[in-house]
Amino acid sequence: MKKRVYLDYSATTPMKQEVLNAMLPHFNVQFGNPSSIHCFGRENKAVIDQARQIIAKTINASADEVFFTGGGSESDNWAIKGVVSALKGKGKHIITSKIEHHAVLHTCEFLEKEGFEVTFVDVDEFGIVDLNQLQRSIRPDTILITIMYANNEIGTIQPIKEIGELAKKHNITFHVDAVQAYGNVRIDVQELKIDLLSLSAHKVYGPKGIGLLYIKKGTKIIQLIHGGAQEKRRRAGTENVPAIVGFGKAAELAYQDLEGHVKHLTFLRDKLINGLLEKIPYSRLNGHPTKRLPGNANISIEYIEGEALLLSLDMVGIACSSGSACTSGSLDPSHVLMAIGLSHEVAHGSLRFTIGDFTSEEDVDYVLKELPIIVERLRQMSPLYEKVKGGN
Amino acid sequence: MYSEKVMEHFMNPRNVGEIENADGVGQVGNPKCGDIMKMYLKIEDGIIVDVKFKTFGCGSAIATSSMATEMIMGKTIDEALSLTNRAVADALDGLPPVKMHCSVLAEQAVKSAIYDYAQKNNLQFDGLEGFDPNEDHDHHHEEHED
Repeated sequence: MKKRVYLDYSATTPMKQEVLNAMLPHFNVQFGNPSSIHCFGRENKAVIDQARQIIAKTINASADEVFFTGGGSESDNWAIKGVVSALKGKGKHIITSKIEHHAVLHTCEFLEKEGFEVTFVDVDEFGIVDLNQLQRSIRPDTILITIMYANNEIGTIQPIKEIGELAKKHNITFHVDAVQAYGNVRIDVQELKIDLLSLSAHKVYGPKGIGLLYIKKGTKIIQLIHGGAQEKRRRAGTENVPAIVGFGKAAELAYQDLEGHVKHLTFLRDKLINGLLEKIPYSRLNGHPTKRLPGNANISIEYIEGEALLLSLDMVGIACSSGSACTSGSLDPSHVLMAIGLSHEVAHGSLRFTIGDFTSEEDVDYVLKELPIIVERLRQMSPLYEKVKGGN
Repeated sequence: MYSEKVMEHFMNPRNVGEIENADGVGQVGNPKCGDIMKMYLKIEDGIIVDVKFKTFGCGSAIATSSMATEMIMGKTIDEALSLTNRAVADALDGLPPVKMHCSVLAEQAVKSAIYDYAQKNNLQFDGLEGFDPNEDHDHHHEEHED
C-alpha cells in the first residue's frame, strides 16, 4: 500500500485501542438506558457517572459541574446562548475575539441579529488577544466574555488566567472553548477562574459526536435541549453511553502522561517547523513560536495557493489542511490568518500540519523530503513567483 | 471531489511556461481571491500556433488553464474566442460547483490574451464584443471547519 502520513490531528484523531475496547460492550452487551430503573439501566448509570468523574478530575472540577453534549459546537452554542438568555435582563454586551472557532463566532453573529451587541477583540501578529483592548471593551452591561484557550488553526495559546481574573474582577461570566487545548495543556478551571468550558472527545483520541460543557456551580444559564431529565435536567436526550465511556477513557489516557505527550509532540513539531522554514525559501511560521499547541505547525508558503499544495501532498500520501479560501469554497481565506495581519495572497498559501501521538520522526522526515519538491513544482507554474525570480 | 481528468491535468499540466515576445498576453484574477492566470499566445496568420500559461491557484485553476490551452492550440482566433467555460469544464469531466469560477477564469484568460493581441494590432473580433478584461467574476460562499 502507498505510504500514508496523517498530520491533521486538529481535524480529528484516531481513537486509541483502549478507548475502542472500553466502548464496545456498550453497543450490544451492556446497552441499557441509564434512565431505566432495572439493572440494565442502573449498570450504565454507574458507568456514565464514572466517566464524568474521570473527566471532571482532569480539569479540577467536581462531577456535578460537567454535562455531556453532542460535541464541541453544541457546548459552545449552549454556553453562549444559554448564558446570554439567562442574563439578558442584566445586559446585552458580549466580548469575544476575532479568531474564535466558527461555533463561537457564528453564534455571536446570530445573537447580534437578536439584539445583543458583540465586541470582537483584535489579536496581535502571533494571534494573542489584545488584553488592553479587551479590558477597555468591558461595559457595565457586559454579560459574557468568551475566548478560546488555544486556536485551532495557528495553535496560539491565550493568556486565559489574565482574562479569567479580569472577568472575575468585573463580575462577568467567562466561557472558554478548550476543544483544541484539552489533552495538550493542564487546565484548572478553578485556578483560571473559568465559569464555562467546552470540550470535545474526538480531538483527544476519543469518539466523535460527544462533547462536554463544564458549568461552574451557581452560573446562570438556561438549557438548550429540552426534553427528558438527563444530565440533571439540563441537557435532555438519552445518553450516548458508548461515546461517554470512550470519552472517559480518552480523558484518562490523555492526562496519564501529559508531559510525555507534550514532549513527544513538541520535539516533532519543532523539527518540522525548523526543517520547512530552512528548506523552503519565502516561507514563514504563523502563530506564536513558543506559546503554541505542542502539535501545531502552521506555515505560509508564498506565491502558491494552499489547495494546490494539499492536493499535491495528498498524492504522496500526506494529509494536512490549509487556510486557503479554495479549500472552503469561500472568497476569503481563513479569518484567523487575516486577523494576524497576513495579506490575502500569503494567507492563501498556508498549510497546517498537526502532529499527534501516532506521529513518528520518520513521518516528519517524509514531509521534509516531499514538500520542498512540491513547492518548487508549483512555484515554477506561478506567475507571482516569476517576478520574485526577476522575470526568470 | 475532483475527476480523474482534473487530477491528471493538475499533476501533469500541458503548456506551462511563458512565450518570449508573445503576440498576446492576458492576465486575469487577483491574488486576493487566490487565483491568477496568465496566458501567452503566439499567433501566425490568425492561427494560435503556440500557447503557454502560468497559474497561481488551486488544483482546478491549474487544470482548467491546462485544458484551455490544449483546446485552443492550433485553432483560429474566432474558434478560440468561442471557447466557453462550460466546454472547458466538460472536457475535464466536470468541476465541483464551487470550482466553476475557475473555468470562467480560463475562458477569460484566453479572451484577455486575444484582447491584448487585438489592441496591439488594431484588430476587431466579434467574439470580443462586450468583453471587459478587468471584469470581476463571482465566487461562492461556504465554510468547512474542524
